[in-house]
Amino acid sequence: MMHEDTVLLRAGNLSKAYGNGCSRCESPEARNLEKNYCPHCGTVYALQDVSFALYTGEILGIVGESGSGKSTLMQCLYFDQPVTSGEFQLNSYKGGTVNLFEESDQVKRYIRNYHLGKVYQNPMLGLKMKFSSISNIAEKMISAGHRNVGVMQERASELLSHVNIPAFRMKEAPQNFSGGMQQRVQIAKALSNNPPILLLDEITTGLDLSVQAKVLDLIKTIRRDFQITMMLVSHDLGVIRMLADRTLVMLNGRIIEHGLTDQILEDPQQAYTQELVHSLL
Amino acid sequence: MNSSYNYAFFDEGSKREIRRAILKAIAIPGYQVPFASREMPIARGWGTGGLQITLSIIGRSDTLKVIDQGSDESVNAVNIKKLITLTTDVPVTNDAEKATIIQSRHRIPEKPLNENQVLVLQVPLPEPLRFFEPSEYATKKLHAEKEYSGAYLILFDEIIRLGRMAGGADHPVEVNGRYVMAPSPIPKFDNPKMHESQALILLGAGREKKIYAVPPYTKVASLAFDDYPFQREKSIGQTCRLCGASGVFMDELTDDETGSTSYQCNDTSYCLERMNSHDA
Repeated sequence: MMHEDTVLLRAGNLSKAYGNGCSRCESPEARNLEKNYCPHCGTVYALQDVSFALYTGEILGIVGESGSGKSTLMQCLYFDQPVTSGEFQLNSYKGGTVNLFEESDQVKRYIRNYHLGKVYQNPMLGLKMKFSSISNIAEKMISAGHRNVGVMQERASELLSHVNIPAFRMKEAPQNFSGGMQQRVQIAKALSNNPPILLLDEITTGLDLSVQAKVLDLIKTIRRDFQITMMLVSHDLGVIRMLADRTLVMLNGRIIEHGLTDQILEDPQQAYTQELVHSLL
Repeated sequence: MNSSYNYAFFDEGSKREIRRAILKAIAIPGYQVPFASREMPIARGWGTGGLQITLSIIGRSDTLKVIDQGSDESVNAVNIKKLITLTTDVPVTNDAEKATIIQSRHRIPEKPLNENQVLVLQVPLPEPLRFFEPSEYATKKLHAEKEYSGAYLILFDEIIRLGRMAGGADHPVEVNGRYVMAPSPIPKFDNPKMHESQALILLGAGREKKIYAVPPYTKVASLAFDDYPFQREKSIGQTCRLCGASGVFMDELTDDETGSTSYQCNDTSYCLERMNSHDA
């Protein structure tokens, strides 16, 4: 049972539109709920009034088809993209009393450095490919104000060995690594400042099955060792079943169903979720 | 003096526009001020930024010195001097003490500069974060937010790969506790000379269209880590083979026939003056 006092992250009425909208689509009621774009002005409503809470220690899965808004949601929460409207509170920052979307860029950078870690689907977005792996880990630490090379190097080596990067390859640039290794370096980087929340965006997409299994095992290990709360975006229900405690199902920028993962997968209520689950089984 | 050109080559409007950019740069130490870099009769990358600053501030009472990598007589220095004297008729000197404007490519003279002098440095890449972040829009934001982890990361990566901050020149500096700037590719040896410099230091990047400045008596600190302090080049035991100077920036010369190594002052006018004083 989730208690209100264990809420770590709260998002309220998050909306993200690409386009200016028009008189025919500016009110949600006037919009066709089955579509997330306006056929008159071409505005795409990537997120529409998305609200949810993340509880301490859980892994929250987000599933949905391509274009349903999963990655956009992660990008907005990590301030990679500005939202159109909505609220975002972190309990670890000022007791969750401020809407972080209204804070300055400096505060957002601080939140990214100390309170959040993110692993991107595309390692090119999360890593500096030409810098050494150790430097990639240290980047977040430097950004957080660390200025001691010895301390940063030790921390980076510790994290890289935790994600099974061999010691003799730690000084190599990630551009020389395989996709699975790049993802593992990203995971180590995301953990560098001990953030309370980790955002994982399609981390196994594009990896072969054996490498996928290793990355998923790693996520389990990290959860056990670091006691970290995670949000996990995937379109692979197998990944969600394996890792997520609770699951949100997204369609056309909206959350259409949420609940315990077993409940969602065994007894889906919405027609789309049923279709999604049955297409797998 | 060639009278078919306006005084100091530029029209007065251009000079005023560049001087306005210079004034803004002095008011915000280390901040890169964009300016409308003009086409010059020398190629971009050959000192057009420094040249535009010099031509905009030079007056009839000035004395000019131009240095290229420590030398007063290299092709670049000679050609820049020719253009300036052709359009201004100001006297030229090799003596750093006598000059009121010193335009330099990648060196600060060995003799300490004074309040009556202006040092103009030619800059190829003014952005200290460029190798970390290719987007100009993004680096502008990073400067605005005083987010310089990229500049530190470049140094950190050098330490990880090579065991030390290996860059020999253009070691980034923090100016007046606010902006991080590229001090142009002066050797690390010259970085401390910028700190509390009595002379005004102006830096111009013609190709990149930026002017920035270090006003006199401004704090300039080279970036470093707690356990890896900034260190300039060491010249322990090295003496100039010509004038016997030590503790100055040296060129290393290798004899092709014998393979032996010798050292010589990089600042040629400083070396010449010392030799002349010995002769006297």
